[in-house]
Amino acid sequence: MNFSIPVDVPLQAYLILAAILFCTGVWGLINSRNAVRVLMSIELMLNAVNINLMAFSSYIDGQLIRGQVFAIFVITVAAAEAAVGLAILLSLYRNRETVDMERFNLLRW
Amino acid sequence: MTIASSTQWICFLALSAAVVLGSLGVVLLPNIVYSAFLLGGVFLSVAGLYLMLNASFVAAAQVLVYVGAVNVLILFAIMLVNKKETLAEIPGLPLRRLLSGGVCAGLFLLLLRVDITTPWAVPGPSPGGDDATVRIGMHLFSDYLLPFELASVLLLMAMIGAIVLARRDVYTVDVITGDSVDQALIEKIRTPLLVETPSDRSPALETTR
Repeated sequence: MNFSIPVDVPLQAYLILAAILFCTGVWGLINSRNAVRVLMSIELMLNAVNINLMAFSSYIDGQLIRGQVFAIFVITVAAAEAAVGLAILLSLYRNRETVDMERFNLLRW
Repeated sequence: MTIASSTQWICFLALSAAVVLGSLGVVLLPNIVYSAFLLGGVFLSVAGLYLMLNASFVAAAQVLVYVGAVNVLILFAIMLVNKKETLAEIPGLPLRRLLSGGVCAGLFLLLLRVDITTPWAVPGPSPGGDDATVRIGMHLFSDYLLPFELASVLLLMAMIGAIVLARRDVYTVDVITGDSVDQALIEKIRTPLLVETPSDRSPALETTR
């Protein structure tokens, strides 16, 4: 097993980049106290998944590019999710006067 | 991909550095407006990565949808709800951050191991290149027709749902001045619903409407 730098960018480089982006998104999703930042973390995770899909589509499925079609569907669902999520956030802010995630605990127990 | 490999490496490293640093800034910066603009930078860098992966149509869609719609929507939400508030202290917050950081590092190591040890079926067939847009169109109107139509229904549902959730459903008119009231984001006169008042412990379900 040699560790020389390959000529082209390998598939694994894209996968590792997507893994870093996904883990950053998960950490932000857990630790954010601002609800808008939680939505931003979700967008980061969706982008990580899209990078994976596009890398597989280009490296493994180069002729039938099904990964790109899936990425377009993921972008569609992400847009719908952002719209509904921010509407819910506005409604919450109107009722609770805060965006602190620690105070959205009405349904906790 | 026809550009030289060194150029390809330089583009990939620059774009991935922008993605990683931008995402860390999105998560870690205390000012959320900076986080939103850095999120736009992350989206643009990801679109550049798509261009490197022979996907010009998806890169254009990424710029249009994410940077043009989602990021602007997030900025609007920040400007609507960005009130200075002092967050209450939570005991054990650093410990919680450390533990969740450990969990995320473990998840990253797991993904790294899977990425490296799996024998991927590369090199596959050579990528199509510039006719990717034609192929996507043929996919969307032949074998992915049902998900395509379902996506349109989903977007319609999301649009109606967002309107229903975000609109103000009480329209009252001040009887003295004739002006409409309660059109601000927060009702200024009466206390908002479901706010825990210090007088009673239970959430005050006021019947003001």
